[in-house]
Amino acid sequence: MLRVEGLDVQYGRIRAVRDVSLEVSQGEIVGLLGPNGAGKTSTLGAVSGRLPVAGGRVLLEGEQLDGRPAEEIVRRGVSLVPEGRHVFATLTVAENLAIGATVRKDRAQVAEDIERQLERFSVLRRYYRSNAGKLSGGEQQQLVIARALLSRPRLLLLDEPSLGLSPLLVDLVFETIEQLRAEGLTILLVEQNASRTVEVADRCYVLRGGELVAHAPRGDLSPEELGDIYLGAGER
Amino acid sequence: MTTVLQFVVDALTAGSFYALFALGIALIFGIMQLVNFAHGELIMVGAYTIFLTQAWPWQATLLMAVVAVAVMALLMERAAFRPIRGANPATLLITSFAVSFLLQNVAQMIFTTLPKSADVVPLFRSSVTVGGLTVGWLSVVTILATAVLLVALALFMTRTRAGVQMRAAAEDFEMARLCGVRSNRVIASAFAIGGLLAGVGAILLVGQTGGISLGIGLTPVLFGFTAAAIGGLGSLPGAVVGGYVLGVATALLQQLLPYELAGYRDAFLFAGVFALMALRPGGLFRVAALSPRV
Repeated sequence: MLRVEGLDVQYGRIRAVRDVSLEVSQGEIVGLLGPNGAGKTSTLGAVSGRLPVAGGRVLLEGEQLDGRPAEEIVRRGVSLVPEGRHVFATLTVAENLAIGATVRKDRAQVAEDIERQLERFSVLRRYYRSNAGKLSGGEQQQLVIARALLSRPRLLLLDEPSLGLSPLLVDLVFETIEQLRAEGLTILLVEQNASRTVEVADRCYVLRGGELVAHAPRGDLSPEELGDIYLGAGER
Repeated sequence: MTTVLQFVVDALTAGSFYALFALGIALIFGIMQLVNFAHGELIMVGAYTIFLTQAWPWQATLLMAVVAVAVMALLMERAAFRPIRGANPATLLITSFAVSFLLQNVAQMIFTTLPKSADVVPLFRSSVTVGGLTVGWLSVVTILATAVLLVALALFMTRTRAGVQMRAAAEDFEMARLCGVRSNRVIASAFAIGGLLAGVGAILLVGQTGGISLGIGLTPVLFGFTAAAIGGLGSLPGAVVGGYVLGVATALLQQLLPYELAGYRDAFLFAGVFALMALRPGGLFRVAALSPRV
């Protein structure tokens, strides 16, 4: 479904991502692992249109995404849940969800989808008319996942969804990811929590220093190997 | 009692003026992080439109003024600000100065530097006396028109998809785009609404003074910026509150300053603003997320 070929991402003169190629197939969960500064978030940024692509190509089912603005990429079925949550704090939960459905015109279906998300994340129903800024970190994370799903994406990009959450909420996030897979959604998942990611992902790519250093299917990366990759010892 | 009521009317009139201008400025700043000094020239365009169309039925004159300003605001966005969107705030600011000078110079070529006059609506010159309190119709219209516009804008911002998108973009522009909010559309809408508010402001301003000059928008915009900064630049409720705070402060100084100091009213006013900004640099309603614009 998603093909990234020889991707380069630059911040001024600094190359954050160098010649990264990866693929995500329909219905797969693919993990993108690596230490801080590895280029994971930049890769998602380039796919979502948040960051310009300095080199290479990003294709969704053969259609070129690179060079398109973010608001067009989401219309083509790619939705990003960014790191740091980014709820619209001064908007209500209801308004945040409505913004998630900006790209859609099927109002009746949107209302049904909102109801479905409120069933999935019941805490959002309780605070439906409250400002999103008043929610706790975990509640905000649920809101941004629900918001991203309301665009009915074909590919969901999740950037550090468990960061800063309590163990109970981390469980909830990973349970949600499993549920979404069961519903047939394709997910590219960036996580610091490598052990949980290798459990849930069908395949994992590992980035370090902006370059792809490993690629392994589920079960092929042991915790020890992951530790080595994070510490920079074991390239595969 | 009459003095108190007179004070309330004066404060509300001044506050309404400031709120109208502040809101237009805050709307653009919130979405684009652009401090648009050319907002004053939008008021100027409205004023000269009134001058050119004053022979028309007054309703047509007023409508034309508002439409002309909204169209000019859209042109300004398309021609000057869209090409440099995402540039650093200094570039945006300098561009707004350039647009301001350009429009002033074009107006000077067409209308010369000599002030013009226009009598927009004869009713604006008359007043009504209720229980010993004399209130100019212009004050009544200013207060009511602003109240109607504020309510309409609040409804637009909270009850319509476009309004909610605009608020989302004002809070976190990049995230709004990632949700599919079209940046060109939302920014153009903000300019059109800012233009509409400036157009109404121009009508009220010309109604108040009867005079039209190249610099007609300068002082209102200065007060508008100040009001928006008091409220917290970028915050729409803040701009309204800032406008009325400034209005109350102006009316209070008008009442309380001894006769020999009354001429320095604005100096006292801005000293107060300076103190407030020193204590609360972010304004009364601090804006949480000011993200880069692309």
